[in-house]
Parts: sequence; C-alpha cells; structure tokens
Amino acid sequence: MTGEDKKTLERMINGELKWEELKPIISDKKDPNRFVNILEILQNKMEWNEKILIPLHEHLYVIAKDGERIVKCDCGYEFGDYQKNWKLKCRVRVRDTEETLEELYPKYMSSHPDWMELREFFCPGCFTLLDTESVPPGYPVVFNFLPDIDAFYENWLGRKAPDK
Amino acid sequence: MSNNKIGWNQKSLKEMLDESESLFKDTGHYHGIDKLSLKEKDPFRYERAYASLRGALVSARETALHVAASPIVKEIGELCFGLYTPEGDSLVVSTGILVHIHTMSEAMKFMIRNNYEENPTINHGDIFLNNDPECGNVHTTDVQTIIPIFWEDELIGWAGGVTHQIDIGGISPGHTLVSCVQRFDDGVYYTCLKIGSNDIIWNDHMQTAKRSVRTPMYWELDEKCRLAGDLMIRDAVLDFIEREGVEYYKKFVREAIEEGRQIMQQRVKERLIPGRYRAASFMDLPFKEEAWQPIAKVNKISNQPLEIIVRNDGSIYLSFDGASKWGHNVANCMKGAMEGGQWVLLTQILIYRDKVNDGAYLAVEKNYPPGTWSNPGDPYLSYQAPWGNLIPAYTGMMKCISYGLFSRGFREEVVSGYSFTGDAIQGGGIYSAGPLKGERWSLSTFEISGQGLGASAVRDGLDHGYAMWNPEADLGDVETWDLFQGGVVYLARRIKPNTPGHGKYRGGGNYAGVAYIANSKQIDFFGAREGMVFHGCGGMHGGYPQATGYRLYAKNTNLEEIFQQQKPYPISDDNPNDGDFEKLIKGKITRKPNALIYPIMLENYDLIYFPMGGGPGYGDPLERDPESVRQDLNDGFYTQDIVYNVYGVVSQFNEKLEEWNIDQEATKKRREDILSERKQNSVPFEEFWNSERKKIIDDRVSEQVKVMYLESLNLSENWAKEFREFWDVPDDFLKEVN
Repeated sequence: MTGEDKKTLERMINGELKWEELKPIISDKKDPNRFVNILEILQNKMEWNEKILIPLHEHLYVIAKDGERIVKCDCGYEFGDYQKNWKLKCRVRVRDTEETLEELYPKYMSSHPDWMELREFFCPGCFTLLDTESVPPGYPVVFNFLPDIDAFYENWLGRKAPDK
Repeated sequence: MSNNKIGWNQKSLKEMLDESESLFKDTGHYHGIDKLSLKEKDPFRYERAYASLRGALVSARETALHVAASPIVKEIGELCFGLYTPEGDSLVVSTGILVHIHTMSEAMKFMIRNNYEENPTINHGDIFLNNDPECGNVHTTDVQTIIPIFWEDELIGWAGGVTHQIDIGGISPGHTLVSCVQRFDDGVYYTCLKIGSNDIIWNDHMQTAKRSVRTPMYWELDEKCRLAGDLMIRDAVLDFIEREGVEYYKKFVREAIEEGRQIMQQRVKERLIPGRYRAASFMDLPFKEEAWQPIAKVNKISNQPLEIIVRNDGSIYLSFDGASKWGHNVANCMKGAMEGGQWVLLTQILIYRDKVNDGAYLAVEKNYPPGTWSNPGDPYLSYQAPWGNLIPAYTGMMKCISYGLFSRGFREEVVSGYSFTGDAIQGGGIYSAGPLKGERWSLSTFEISGQGLGASAVRDGLDHGYAMWNPEADLGDVETWDLFQGGVVYLARRIKPNTPGHGKYRGGGNYAGVAYIANSKQIDFFGAREGMVFHGCGGMHGGYPQATGYRLYAKNTNLEEIFQQQKPYPISDDNPNDGDFEKLIKGKITRKPNALIYPIMLENYDLIYFPMGGGPGYGDPLERDPESVRQDLNDGFYTQDIVYNVYGVVSQFNEKLEEWNIDQEATKKRREDILSERKQNSVPFEEFWNSERKKIIDDRVSEQVKVMYLESLNLSENWAKEFREFWDVPDDFLKEVN
C-alpha cells in the first residue's frame, strides 16, 4: 500500500496528480482508511457545518440535519430526503431538436430527436450541471444510487453512522 | 455402478456437477468450502501452485498465437485459454480476450448435462469444438476448442481455448455480421462436437470445416493454434500433478475458486457501499430502411435498464428487468454472452489484481428476464452480433459500480463508461488482379479494439485504447491490417475531432480511417455502431455522452483520375457539415446518421470512412481547466466552436506557431454567460415533468420509442408499475399487445 497522505488525497480530488503519482494509487492495495480520510478532507472544504454521511456525487452529499438525512450541494442548496431522487428537485433543460443538440456536437454526431433526447439537470442553487440523461422521450428519470447508509456503517465499518 | 464413469471417486461428471451446485446452493461456498485450509497451512506452496498454473496458461497463449495465421489472432492476440475443474468451472485464465472464459465453462456444463460421458464418450486425447451461443458462446465467430485432461482413469479437468475467426460462413463475408435474422444466417454452428481423438483433429471434420467458411487457411491454422495451446496446458497440469500430487491438485482447484469468490466479496466490501444502483442504456437498431428481409424491416430501440443491488454480505444482484423484447435481428444475447460480459467487466473493475476465475461469477446473482434481448429462449433466432446489445448494456454496470467507488472515496477507480467497439470495416470480395487474382478475401480489421474509455473522477479517459471484452486491448498496426484485408487499402488514419464526451474530465478521444477499394470485384461492405442514439448510458456526474457514429461512403468516384493527376484526396471528415468528400472528389456520396448499415456492393476506387468512438465524460464541462482545453485543441480532440459552446473557452489559433491559445478574460466572461443561459433555458422539475408526460400521453413519440415502451411494459410488471407511477398514468396505459 502506498503511503497516501491526506495532502496527496486532496491533490487527487483536485485533479492535480500527475499520472506517475496516480498510477501507484490505482495499482497498489487500497488504504482501509480511505473513506474516513476522504470524508475529513471533504468536510473541511465545505462552508456549511452539517456532518457528511456519504459523498454521493462530485457536488452532492448525504448529510445529517435536524434528525434527518438529506442531500445537499456544496453550494448549500438542499434537495431533501436522500431516499427520494435528488434529480426531482433540479432545474432541467431538454435538448430534443437538432438545433440544440448541434450546439454540443457536430452534425451527424449526436442522437436523433426521433430516437432520443438529452436532458441536463442543474443545481437550482449554483446551476452546476449535476447530471445528464441520454434517453428516449418520455423515459422515467433514473434514480442513480440509493445507499444503505446504516448497513454500510454498522456492518462494513463496524460502527454507528455519525448521526446515530 | 458403471465402470466407465470418469469423474472423481467413480462418480459421473453429471453427479459431480449436481453435487457441486447443490453444495453451493446449500452453503453459499464453492463445494461447501468455507475455510481455505491449503492456503492457511502453507501459503507459499499455495501461491506457487497458482502462479505456476497461471504462468503455464499465459505461456500457452503467447506460444499458440504464433501457430495461427489470422491477423486478428496474431496481431492483437484475439484469443484466450482457461483451465477448468471437471464440473467446468474456471480456475486459472490466460491473458487475452477474457470475455470467453466463462462461455467455455457453459459449454463444458452443456456436455456434462447432455451426457457426453456416455455418448459420444469423453476420453484422453479427445477434442471438442463449440461455437454455439445457446450452449456457451458469445457468437458463432468465436470458436472454442476444448479437451479433457485425465490423470489415470479420472477426468481431472478441462483445457479450453478461443479464437475469433475472420469469417464463419454466414450470410455475408465478415466476422460480426449485421444482416442475419435467424440462426441459419449466422454461419456454421458447431454444438460441442467431437472433432478428434488421440490429439489428432479428424480429417473429415477439417475437410468439412474448411469448406464451411470463406477463409479456409485461417480456419485450419486457428484450429491448430487452439489445440496447441490446450495441449500445452494439459502438459503443464500433468507436470503439476507429478510435482505436487493429485490429492493436492484436487483440493487446490476447488479452494482457489472459493478464494476467487471470497476475494470478489472482499473487494465489494472494501470498495463499494451497499445499496441500490441504477442506469439506463440504449442501442439503436435502425433496420426499417436497411433490412432486406420483410420481417426485419423495423426500427427498434433496445431498452437496457440495469439495476444492481450490493448486499450486506458483499454479494451482488444484477438485473435487466424491463429490457426490450428480442428481435428479428443480430443483437439477441444468449446466457453465455451475458455471463461472459458481466464477468469480464467485473474482472477489470474490481478484481484486476487478484485471482480471476469463476469465483467472481459465483459471487453475482443474475436476472436476465425471459423473452427479452438478454434471454430470448429461442435457439432459432440470430445470435450473430449480441455485442449490439451486450456492449452498451454493460456500460450501466461500469457506471453503477463507479457510483459506489466514488462514494467510498476511490475516485481514481471511477470509469464513467466506454465506447462501442464498432465500425470495423467489414465484408469481403475477390481479387480481380495481382498474384492472388481469383482468391477470396475477407475484411479483418480489428482496429475496433482501440476505443475511447470513459473519464474517471480524477483524470481524462484513455484515448483510442480500450475494448470492454479484452483487458489487453490493442488496435494493432495499420500496416498489418493493410496486408491482410485484401482489396481495402488505407488512405489515412488520424484523430477525429469532437469524439470525446464532454466533461470536467473528458472521455477518451478517438480516430477515424479512410480507405478505398482496389484490385477487387464482388465486394460486400457493411458497418455497425450506434448512430441514432448516444451509446450506452452516457456520461457521469454532469459529464456528457460521447459523440455518435455515422455512415459515409462514396461510389462511382473519380479517385483513379485524382491519383493519376496527384491531386488531394480526402483523408478525414473533420467537419461532417462541410466535408472533404464533397469538396475533393466527384461521385455518389452517401451520408447517413445511422452508422449501422446492411451490406452494400462496392467497386474499385470507391471510398469508405470509419470513425471510432470516444468515451463518455465526467463532471460539469465548465469546471474543465482551460489549459486542458487548450491541449485538446492542439491534439485535435476538439474544435474551436465546440469548446466555445460547451466548455466556455475562447481560443485563437496562432498561425505562426501553429498552436492554440486561450483568451483567459474572454473565457471567464463566456463561462458566466453559459451559467446565465442555463438559468434562462432550464425549467423547474415540475414543468419538465408535465412537458415530458404530455409527450407520451399525447402520443407524440416516434414509432420506435412507443414500441420500446410497449415491449418493456408488457415484459415486466415491476418496470411497468414504476413507469406508470412515475408519470401518474392509469394501469391500462400503453397496454396494447405488440
């Protein structure tokens, strides 16, 4: 296992590691403390104080707040109960015409509107692009990931979740 | 008790298989082994044993590929070998196209369940041939040679090897055909057939086999290549037993598979988070205008919804519930193909540095719903190109596992997906001039092994270097393909702009080729990759899907005159809206948004173009470092207009230095403008929901979209329930019988 210190992890999160530095981290055995270390780094980066339970996404976290578990963006926007799809609180743009798709892709190099549309899900707080969905028109919004938080902490980490 | 039982302790192979499956079902452990006693007692001997067998298999592959003649096998190593228990469970694998390791396992179990022990009998020196997807294969083009390994009177295991053929005698020349609609179009089928004894391939089989394909020399030498590798493995196993003793071998093979299963669960617990993961992937099958056969003239979208449950004990449940119906097309998948696909991806994502064997297969519970493309249940359909569904479908698995890896903190392991290994130029013809005049040639290029990999959460995706079915992907040397693919001559191979999926980290980029037809006649040509839909399940965490493919070719050209006059000819199609084909040549130029085409006839001096795919992106493109975008421009991966629109990067080209520069201030302003555009052009979720709902309520979707919903709603109660609840539509909504 490489001696991965928190500074190196923070540089990795920031995309600052060169390939020569990243390769050993990929190839070597994993640090069993990685989750705890990453959580600490992320918590220190946030401008809000609620405890992060699970980092869900590049910008989203399941946090403990007032006895509830909610999804929160690093900008501070709160999406509500983590058991409900956070995308259902997003601002959405649908690209379902050749004109809007060709803003992003050259002609012939994107899906055809008769077959598929491209959805963009934005954080209503900071308008960061949180997710895209390339799906046929009328496809139900996909719920990407629903973590089993208590099973994770109690059965895999051997301790209660920080809010328990 | 029969005297001719060849299993251990005077059991039949079927009795051994039944017992093994029963023990696993009852205990959850392979053969009921919960304690790795050999490993605990003497770990050095145990690891040395594994390493020596592993080394023997890698050595067998590296040696055997030099027996083959096929460039697919020799150039990029499109073969692999496995060592199996008597029950057909893989224990150790070689390097190479590992997707086939578990498919051979299914073939061995087929022979056992169908009582091959009694008839045609299984003896030392026997040779079996299989390429039937129904009993364990991906498609007919992947051909397996399987031999039993005996120690005294007991079958101690099996060795198996696979190579990919250039041609399998199907409806058209080539290796992954697009125009088959039934089994009888797929080419020659060998259903676990005994083809030799005493280590000799029977002459009558070889005579028949060579007449069943268009490339008899490749067939013969590839068959000898597979057998050579198998025999090397058999020798290595017998040496092992001489050295370590048969009792140690018998215990070791089972323990190593149980260890593989335990490792898989340990990796899951080490790297993921329990919970429910979902992804929605798609593939277009635009055959309405393409197909010759009336029954196949249908446009279809394959729905490939994937749900993965990571359970408390570290096991995985994987389900394609809600998948579309099978079709009268080439993309149907049998169980072996589905198992091979999921297994090979897991070996790359989670257990790449561990013991890779069927233990990983046992750690995953699968649901391939009957009646869907993932489990049609009808052997008379075509299974010639299951990759058409399998490859995009399993992008979902890569993304789902990556959600878990990200949340657990292993951002360096995240991969957002991959490109379709498609658009190989395919077909064949007959030489009309030169020393090989009158000989048939088949197009063999396997450049498709070099696709774009998806971005990770800390870096860009790998450029032109990934194939989901072969962890050692290699696109090969253009000079080699040129030598072997007959009348198709390369004019250019260079980076294709705007192929990578956009993101904070972009997907891997890719290249495109231009070739022309020479010295040939009666040339069939076809190609396949996604075109009407984005590939698989797209980007991750705000990243975009990679660009789609399209079809471009020119017939009846003036290329001969251009060559004679030494005028410029097309070497790319950098801007499809203003292409060099139209500017530089005269002829009938065809551009189609669908990349998947049925065979067409080409003639000398016709021109073809084939762009490979990039990988999907990760994260919001506005967070991409402008310096990285500058590098993308200099490398030719993106064009100025696209980086302005997507990345908000304002750039100028310095003609003198021949490099791109970034206007930092203008870029800052452009990015602020894009954020404002996002506010203006987006709507609250409720408004989006109402608008989308109206599309289906008012029947404003195309026929292929409607059929896709009808199929999924009819095939899965759960999927139908969630669909109708999400859109708040009645239970009888879209209940037509399709």
